[in-house]
Amino acid sequence: MSSQRTLIHGLILGAFCLGFGTLLVMTNGYTKDDIALRAVEDRQNSLAQVIPESIHDNNLATDTLTLKNDQGNEVVVYLATKEGKVTGAAFETSSPGYSGAIKVMLGVDLEGKILGARVLSHKETPGLGDKIEVKKGDWILRFTGLSLGNPPLDKWKVKKDGGQFDQFAGATITPRAVVKAIREGLQFFDANKTKIMEFKTETKDAEAGKAPAKEAANDD
Amino acid sequence: MTTDYRALAREGLWTNNGVLSMMLGLCPTMAMTNSATNGLGMGLATAAVMTASTLLVSLFRNHFSQEVRIPVFVLIIATMVTIVDMCMNAWMHELYKVLGLFIPLIVVNCLPFARFEMFSAKNSPLPSMADGFFMGVGFTLALTVIGAVREISGSGTLFADASLLLGPAFKFLEMRVLPPDTGILMMILPPGAFLVTGLLLVAKRMIDERSSKAAQVSAATSAA
Repeated sequence: MSSQRTLIHGLILGAFCLGFGTLLVMTNGYTKDDIALRAVEDRQNSLAQVIPESIHDNNLATDTLTLKNDQGNEVVVYLATKEGKVTGAAFETSSPGYSGAIKVMLGVDLEGKILGARVLSHKETPGLGDKIEVKKGDWILRFTGLSLGNPPLDKWKVKKDGGQFDQFAGATITPRAVVKAIREGLQFFDANKTKIMEFKTETKDAEAGKAPAKEAANDD
Repeated sequence: MTTDYRALAREGLWTNNGVLSMMLGLCPTMAMTNSATNGLGMGLATAAVMTASTLLVSLFRNHFSQEVRIPVFVLIIATMVTIVDMCMNAWMHELYKVLGLFIPLIVVNCLPFARFEMFSAKNSPLPSMADGFFMGVGFTLALTVIGAVREISGSGTLFADASLLLGPAFKFLEMRVLPPDTGILMMILPPGAFLVTGLLLVAKRMIDERSSKAAQVSAATSAA
């Protein structure tokens, strides 16, 4: 008797799971394509902020290259090309801030000069650390035009650490993390420059990520 | 049996308000009220999910047994939340970018469960939907008020970014109440949520007490 009741309850619950599961599958089917489209649009929007439109004629969000950074993590590099030639690249770089990782989208031209930097996401203290957002202040804009040699590497720090970048009143850790993320991003670009420039000509090799041969670019 | 919709509305909005009276759903209440706009957004999303899921629970109320009702409730609310999440992501993307963060949080809100258990599982679909809707609106009101108090005292603005949530027509809602950099930072951090919620609870209790005293006095005078 009691085992029969258990069976009935199980069947009822199973039927509900099946029904709602089907409903979810259907909704997923209907919305999947639109959601993917929106994600691409979002990426294009954030890329458009760090790569000026004048230097590319391709779709930034689809011409990508996956490379490994020093920590062994995969970094997706979005390439700007004009008439088939690589003119710049954008990629995400991050560094732990006051609470959680701060993600920065960085656009760089071929000389390693920053075309633009934007904070994509962060969990910093509202009112103190959130001035790194372009919506709350123009602090992040001051990186545009800088590169690894300008200022020299040992000045790529906040003022408190002997560098050249301002911290905010009451928040040092946040700007320090952003400066670090951008500096590391530039170093990543520097280390992978040849691979990035070879895009299109040797797409297959680069995309397979199996090009450990770090011989100096001789086809340049 | 006729349903007194006015009583349902009064219950949901004031006497049995989800936050200020039953004190349910405090997790999203505390987390999402650092500005009036966020509170409003969280409240509206919750109200939409509650209206739809109370309807479902009520429709199926004779089909599930007492023993499995809790898993079924969980199933229904999780399904509704996921559907709302996917649909908004696909077709109301601007709104989703503002609200997207809050929507999964509705699953952990105890208020829908309380209403399923106390109301929807025992009543027919239409009153259940009304109950879910008014409870949701009451929740929205409480969150918006908490958010407004915290936003004014913490960042000196009111309804900042409301046009992102409601559309450009609501730009007029956005205002600056205090000059910049005068806010008390603590108010938009978690302690502010506890303080403001507590103060609002006190305020509601005081109003209730005063009105019940007034009712007693008038009853006494009319009896005399």
